[in-house]
Amino acid sequence: MVKKTGAQIVLQSMQIEGVKAVFGYPGGAVIHLYDELPNYKIKHYLVRHEQAAVHAADGYARATGEVGVALVTSGPGATNTVTGLATAYMDSIPLVVFTGQVPTALIGNDAFQEADIVGITRPCTKHNYLVKDVKDLPRIIKEAFHIARSGRPGPVLVDLPKDVLVGSTNFEYPETVNLRGYNPTYEGHPGQLRKAVRAILKSKRPIFYVGGGAVLANAAEQLTELAVRMQIPVTTTLMGLGAFPENNELSLGMLGMHGTYRANMAVTESDVLVAIGARFDDRVTGRIDEFAPGAKIIHIDIDPTSISKNVKVDIPIVGDVKDVLTKMLVIVNEMNEEVSEFARAHGDWLAKIAKWKDMHRLDYIQEEVIKPQFVVEKICQLTRDLNPIISTEVGQNQMWAAQFYEFTQPRTWLTSGGLGTMGYGFPAALGAQVAFPDRLVIDIAGDGSIQMNIQELATVVQYQLPVKVIILNNGYLGMVRQWQELFFRKHYSATDMSVAPNFVKLAEAYGAVGLRATKPKEVEPTLKKAFEINRPVFVEFVVAREENVYPMVPAGEPISKMLLV
Amino acid sequence: MKHIIGVLVENEFGVLSRISSLFSGRGFNIESLAVAETEDPSISHMTIVTRGDEQIIEQITKQLNKLINVIKVVDFTETDHVTRGMMLIKVAVEGSKRLEVLKVVEIFRGRIIDLSAKSAIVEITGDEGKLQAFIDVLLPYGIREISRTGVVAMTREAKTKNRMRLRAV
Ligand SMILES: Cc1ncc(C[n+]2csc(CCOP(=O)(O)OP(=O)(O)O)c2C)c(N)n1
Ligand SMILES: [Mg+2]
Repeated sequence: MVKKTGAQIVLQSMQIEGVKAVFGYPGGAVIHLYDELPNYKIKHYLVRHEQAAVHAADGYARATGEVGVALVTSGPGATNTVTGLATAYMDSIPLVVFTGQVPTALIGNDAFQEADIVGITRPCTKHNYLVKDVKDLPRIIKEAFHIARSGRPGPVLVDLPKDVLVGSTNFEYPETVNLRGYNPTYEGHPGQLRKAVRAILKSKRPIFYVGGGAVLANAAEQLTELAVRMQIPVTTTLMGLGAFPENNELSLGMLGMHGTYRANMAVTESDVLVAIGARFDDRVTGRIDEFAPGAKIIHIDIDPTSISKNVKVDIPIVGDVKDVLTKMLVIVNEMNEEVSEFARAHGDWLAKIAKWKDMHRLDYIQEEVIKPQFVVEKICQLTRDLNPIISTEVGQNQMWAAQFYEFTQPRTWLTSGGLGTMGYGFPAALGAQVAFPDRLVIDIAGDGSIQMNIQELATVVQYQLPVKVIILNNGYLGMVRQWQELFFRKHYSATDMSVAPNFVKLAEAYGAVGLRATKPKEVEPTLKKAFEINRPVFVEFVVAREENVYPMVPAGEPISKMLLV
Repeated sequence: MKHIIGVLVENEFGVLSRISSLFSGRGFNIESLAVAETEDPSISHMTIVTRGDEQIIEQITKQLNKLINVIKVVDFTETDHVTRGMMLIKVAVEGSKRLEVLKVVEIFRGRIIDLSAKSAIVEITGDEGKLQAFIDVLLPYGIREISRTGVVAMTREAKTKNRMRLRAV
């Protein structure tokens, strides 16, 4: 066996785990690791803020389905990762984040750049480790990757004291993990599966309510096949966008606070609701006791804690969404006649939904100023055939992107759903562009959010990542302003953002391209121009300042009580 | 309703704080907690007394199970089980009360482990009901100090269910 230093073990282990890209930022505690880095077949991307390293790893993970990796130093480097970890944790994104730490002998001494990052991140990681002995390092890294990508995925943090990185040991990477306290259930219980299929076949007004779990489990194909075979309408959450093609007739679009009229009405009137990798988040359910009040609830989820957390579930199925849907398809295919009969029998349900579809469509009126929805619609028209990856920031920009871009493929939509992290979209797009250098990657941004990680302009320029950032500049923290308009007597307290940099000049100062448009007729040519440039581009659209996102379910109301345009 | 939950965990540093931060982070309450190594030194046993309706207790056990370092979770409340806690209680024994207190201690099968002119320290074990009754009885004499352990619990062997069983009083 060969002796290796801790730093070499970390890098060698990453290589064995198939890591191709690492997003990071150096410092004293990890300087040995950085010294070794060029000797390995892992490309390092030097971001300009550690938060962005984690979001970039997260974007990489969402777009590819692989584990994203970030590497930072101790103390402030480590604490800067917290928002990124919490973002990934809420959306169940597989990450391994390596942090430097002061030498073991100094831990607890308030040493220079010491932070108890394991303590700090305990509630926002799936698991975390402080490595105390270099001999434990291979096992811990193996476990970290395994935990991050298995079961309900999530971020894992590995804290690496400096002496552990410097120390050496015989290196052997374990073949298997042995975690007696961790055994995710992948296979749905056959009895429950049959029960679920029977309940669906008995229903008159069935609906699929699909969340991010379907994307994470790579189950889009099975979902689509099952929905089409059974003729069951599908609504997705913000996180579930892309799991079901929105150009399919059965698609109802997104549900919830800014969901479509037809999705919210269909859920409310359904008699069987099948939750697929979704967790009944309050932004989805609105007032919980009036969410799908007449429906029998079937819940498929790999995480038992998600089941019966917010609503009482009639038929729980713990398991991997893909496994469960595949098995349901087998059952359904054995029951050909019943299924065809069932599909016929709820024709009037589909007809009713078709009628809702024509009422209160997502809409806006394009006047002399650019409407943000119009920009998103144009982006969609111009790019839908290119299979682009769309990330967003948070706020109105995010909701308009969700509503007006038509998603047809999984893993093409990167958004911070659970935590709602402004500043997520740009670094996430950067990470996705690293994974797919030849695809079009677009961040649909707000003027407020983009300023939260704008320093990453330097990173995209340095690595020639041709990310397109479309800023819908309304001069406001628009979503908060919308709430103030509707619920706080138009008292716009601390939401005016009209003091902003000149985004075009700013982009140029960093060495990127800056474009700007103020008139509706400029939107299409400006977008076309941006998409043709094979460099990072900032495009600023000066949009209607006080446009609102509709429909909107006021907080605490049932989702059938929507404010409409 | 009160539930006693037994948790087998990896005997590693940081596990206790994972469990306690789970409870505080999710707003579950801990009434008492007892932790010690088991016969297998790589495993610790925790006994947690908590309170909540059915849904909360279900979440607590599921969330505990979700922790990587948790090996097994048992809700003792659903099983035939015994519980014990221990308490040290310092009680005034001045003058004529002395003999009365000693009598009470004897009835409850406590032990005097320290005695001075003014007070006595009594050691007593039992289930929560017994400990509470003991406190209630001593209250009029003047309780100076109480120090209690968390409750520990164990499931009875299922097979012995229908047989005669020794029951500690
Ligand atoms: C880090 C962070 N801070 C604060 C918020 C609260 N917040 C939600 S939306 C929003 C406004 C975002 O403004 P902008 O990026 O301009 O987007 P717009 O809504 O105008 O499209 C704010 C402040 C948040 N989600 N994240
Ligand atoms: Mg804005």
